[in-house]
Amino acid sequence: MQSSVEVNSPLQLKSQKVSRFKLSQAGKKAALGYLFLSPFLILFIVFTVVPVVQSIYLSFTYYNMLQPAKWIGLSNYSVLFLEDDIFIKSLKNTFIFAVIAGPLSYCLSFLLAWVINTLRAKMLFSLAFYVPSITSGIALSVVWLYIFSGDRYGLLNNWMLSWGMISEPILWTTDPDTIMPVIIIVSLWMSMGTGFLVFLAGLQNVSPELYEAGSIDGISSRFQELWFITLPMMKPQLLFGAVNSIVAAFGVFDIAVAIAGMPSPNYAGHTIISHLFDYAFIRFELGYASSIAVFLFFVTFGLGRIVMKLLSSKDQ
Amino acid sequence: MTFNYAKFAARFNRGLLYAFMIALVGFTAMPIIYMVSTAFKPLDELFLYPPRFFVQKPTLRSFFDLLTATDSSIVPFSRYIFNSVFISVAIVALSLFVCSLGAYVLSKFKPPGAGFIFAVILSALMFAPQVTQIPTYLIVSKLGLVNTYWALILPKVAVAFNIFLMKQFFDQIPDALIEAAHIDGASEWKIFWRVIMAVSKPAWATLIIFTFIGNWNDYFSALVFTTSESMKTLPLAIQTLAGGPGVVARSGALAAGTFLVTLPPILIFLLFQKLIMNTMVHSGIKS
Repeated sequence: MQSSVEVNSPLQLKSQKVSRFKLSQAGKKAALGYLFLSPFLILFIVFTVVPVVQSIYLSFTYYNMLQPAKWIGLSNYSVLFLEDDIFIKSLKNTFIFAVIAGPLSYCLSFLLAWVINTLRAKMLFSLAFYVPSITSGIALSVVWLYIFSGDRYGLLNNWMLSWGMISEPILWTTDPDTIMPVIIIVSLWMSMGTGFLVFLAGLQNVSPELYEAGSIDGISSRFQELWFITLPMMKPQLLFGAVNSIVAAFGVFDIAVAIAGMPSPNYAGHTIISHLFDYAFIRFELGYASSIAVFLFFVTFGLGRIVMKLLSSKDQ
Repeated sequence: MTFNYAKFAARFNRGLLYAFMIALVGFTAMPIIYMVSTAFKPLDELFLYPPRFFVQKPTLRSFFDLLTATDSSIVPFSRYIFNSVFISVAIVALSLFVCSLGAYVLSKFKPPGAGFIFAVILSALMFAPQVTQIPTYLIVSKLGLVNTYWALILPKVAVAFNIFLMKQFFDQIPDALIEAAHIDGASEWKIFWRVIMAVSKPAWATLIIFTFIGNWNDYFSALVFTTSESMKTLPLAIQTLAGGPGVVARSGALAAGTFLVTLPPILIFLLFQKLIMNTMVHSGIKS
């Protein structure tokens, strides 16, 4: 009761104020807006914007944390691309990973979401596919190391031996030829994550009337439905999922370390982030590591931009 | 006759689809089932040949091993659990507050420069967070925060994804709702807290779950920002268990630890699954 009394009088006061100080009211609102925004802005600038700018600066210097940074121009980049064989190796590994695991996980997420959306017990199915992505890659490495263990005790070797598919156990996580495939398989298993959920939600959002209208217009098969109605309607979600999977694909690190160790045999599981981590936090050559970070930044950013252009919903 | 056949074929296809999907679920769930079953295996079953997938005589021994065996080492295992819980909860609470407040401004106040700020946030979605790890480390160490909880919490609060998610949801809230609250004489703060946050439960449930899961599983920042054993988080501790000496002797404890790390994200997701699905509809990028 008390509040209703209180509410009345400020209202009258306020309406008088509004007419008198119209301009300052707008200014006040903006000021309040910035005040509300400031905690986010301060933390975002300190821990995201400044680091990006500083990364770019450091990439042109020699810096080891003990001595002040020394400007050396482009030489970090020239060493990176012309002399550092291990970086080239990590680049190759990361691109192989990204080219295979990225699109595959993206398409798989969508396909599964599409199929699940037609089934009963949607929640149960989506949970079953989503759960692997919320488990910790590091923690589950125990399970993977058992499944892919190189001796006869390993689950996979054990099965393949008893089915007569192989005669000798395969050294899954120590043989340079099989490290990448194992990393890709494990990543795919864990990749039905945020993107998958966004797709599921997006699919539920396409109104059934559109499909009815489509069938009148002569759309007959489910795949035509998918191509002409569902996909165009889901552009924002598809874009979000694509950006997500690009970032995830180029950021591959912890699964690689959990499976192949660091450094991995013959650097077969070495990724760009592994290389960055190695130089930044083991060798403390921060300038050099920054040039790796900047390179990665521009790769993901550039790809993100391209994807945005391709899937942009402006033309709708 | 032909009609019946078509009906039968459709039903058969449907059954086939279900069978296939269930088989696929069984396949993807295998590692998790194996992990759960291993955590409850007694010692002799852990080293069985040929290895058995399911546990025969379940026991809690491994969990006691985990809590006591690591006791003799430098830090009790419960310390890692506390670290992980405390850090994840703190990040979730701060991030929810800071990002929601910011998103409210970007969505409804739109002060000059809001468009630019949002464009920057959108582009921040597009790079791996590891990219900024080095300067973040330099900043954290300059602020004297290395090896403190602050180092693990502060850099994770203002996350582009979170403010993006909240803003997309707030954009759907009709302005009339806010105007009505204005007419009732509510202050901006009260509108945010009592009106906006009250109607966007699905959005903040989503934020809580994603943020909690992401940080609970985060391994990189604890690796970089902590140097002492007592500041380690669970995933890092598990990795040390797995990589240190005496791995064979500790494999029971390791399995139990893995189970403990994996359980909370699954439980949290189960609790909030329905709420998430309502939010994700709005989270596409519209440019």
